[in-house]
Amino acid sequence: MTSIVDTIRSGNEPAQGLKPRSELTARELLREVGAVLRMSEAEAAKLGDIPVDPSEDQTMIINMGPQHPSTHGVLRLMLELQGETVLRCKPIIGYLHTGMEKQGEALTYMQGGTNVTRMDYLSPLNNELVFSMAVEQLLGIEGDIPERAVWIRMLMSELNRMASHLLFLATNGMDIGAVSMMIYGWREREEVLRFFQKVTGLRMNHNYIRPGGVAADLPAGWRDDVLELLDLIPPRLEEYDILMTGQPIWRERLQGVGVITPEEALALGATGPILRGTGVPWDLRRDQPYLRYPEMEFDVVVGSYGDAFDRYAIRLNEIRESMRIVRQILDHMPQGDYRIQNKKVTPPPRARIDESMEALIHHFKIFTEGFKVPEGEVYMAVESPRGEVGCYIASDGGPTPYRMHVRAPSFVNIQCLPHMMRGGLVADAVAVISSVDPVLGEVDR
Amino acid sequence: MSEATPEPADAPVDDTPEPPTLYGVPLSDSRGQRVLHPSREQYVALARTLLDETYTTCSDLTAVDYLTFMGRSLPAGVTAERFEVVVNLLSIERRERIRIRVQVPADDPSVPTLFDLYPGTEAMEREVYDMFGIAFTDHPDLTRILMPEDWEGHPLRKDYEQGRIPVQFSGDFASKGGDR
Repeated sequence: MTSIVDTIRSGNEPAQGLKPRSELTARELLREVGAVLRMSEAEAAKLGDIPVDPSEDQTMIINMGPQHPSTHGVLRLMLELQGETVLRCKPIIGYLHTGMEKQGEALTYMQGGTNVTRMDYLSPLNNELVFSMAVEQLLGIEGDIPERAVWIRMLMSELNRMASHLLFLATNGMDIGAVSMMIYGWREREEVLRFFQKVTGLRMNHNYIRPGGVAADLPAGWRDDVLELLDLIPPRLEEYDILMTGQPIWRERLQGVGVITPEEALALGATGPILRGTGVPWDLRRDQPYLRYPEMEFDVVVGSYGDAFDRYAIRLNEIRESMRIVRQILDHMPQGDYRIQNKKVTPPPRARIDESMEALIHHFKIFTEGFKVPEGEVYMAVESPRGEVGCYIASDGGPTPYRMHVRAPSFVNIQCLPHMMRGGLVADAVAVISSVDPVLGEVDR
Repeated sequence: MSEATPEPADAPVDDTPEPPTLYGVPLSDSRGQRVLHPSREQYVALARTLLDETYTTCSDLTAVDYLTFMGRSLPAGVTAERFEVVVNLLSIERRERIRIRVQVPADDPSVPTLFDLYPGTEAMEREVYDMFGIAFTDHPDLTRILMPEDWEGHPLRKDYEQGRIPVQFSGDFASKGGDR
């Protein structure tokens, strides 16, 4: 038998899709089941919970997506069905691949924010945050970021978590059939985005958090806007509770669906609400703290069954925890500079350019060539609404990253889908995808 | 006393700090983060040791093509090769991370898979294969994941230039002379 390496060298690359049973030998099938389920061959053989070898005429492989309305973008699932039961499933991704990591090697550290912010377009500020923190770590200025910038970052990151989870509630409701929820979720999210627009100028893809601080100070009246948000959202969350949490149809639809155990979640590398839903209290904000999270008082919300309902309930309650953090940030927000005054990293204030030759030179250098970052490599991770978003940057001492890799939580979490769906009903597939809350822009990058 | 004097003269040679190791593998420090540099032969055994040492989660697996930056600093005893596979492991119990960097030569770009230890690496290894052309031996499903099946080349390699390749989609009817 030729090895996979030889096959690839000969130029005959295997196809991505799920192969029909007739094209596979028993061993290959077991291996594929193992691969698709992300478990070793031996474990796959031991499962035995669903018919191991149904005859070919009893099963069928269907494609769900990439244009399916419930796949949150362009996710394609190949499902092998026996009747209504899902035997095997394989997510096929890449339809939204735009080469952002390659592009990241051509953009300077100054421009990099515009690139990473477009990956997870529902929590752009967290992506910018992790990229900026990685760059600052490489520059060795991570301890010099002004206090106000740090607190602004934390405020924006928490508000972004709220916006993202509100959108999850909307889409989750829509996928399950509570269509009115879709309107409510989008409505509340819009309120948060309106605040973002006031602060950053944009509703999404802000490029607001930059290496060295943030792009601009908070506008006048920001505190009133945030307080208004904090008054507006809690009663709405109570409404969601009445509309969904206690509702028997909603519970029937989610409880016991898409179950994953803590061991599986850890082995698969799942993070965020999926991991916490299994009862593992792992939140980077608390366990590997960054910014000023150690000074904040908040709870890490965990579930106990690892099903779709737990993941829903965790996100709903994380909005409440985020609001708790935002209230504390309002009390703590210090005065001061919003970005580091390091002329090599941050552009000079506009007024200085008119009067200082040096300032003009620095401005010109930063915006044409970019600033140089010392050799080395660094991995930073922060807790995004979807889990651990990580940024690995290798620098060769030049003004652009030598390699910029983003560890996207959705990319990893989506690999749990086959595991969650195995042996379930095809009708529950929609509920399971929705409960993972993938953002395809980040899956494919 | 007089016999002892030659010793300080030798000392600078002996004083060359022994390169630090962890689990028998060269250890380096990168901006306060611990990095292990195993050879390809040590790689899986090291991962197995770390798995037993409560590093139960593989949070990230990626690669870097150092074609134009071969002069990077590596600990003594590690030869720089063109590719480098970078694995970030996480211990939830200890709240620690550790990084593994494996050197992969250009003439034989293959590494053993971590799939049996960390099933979550399955998709990440496929991504690295897709983007860098590094084959993971014994990987259960080594196919392209982000690029189309019939794509030629591996985009994140440094000799794969940006913007110089014509669009090569299989549904590109115009270039095949057909009409839609």
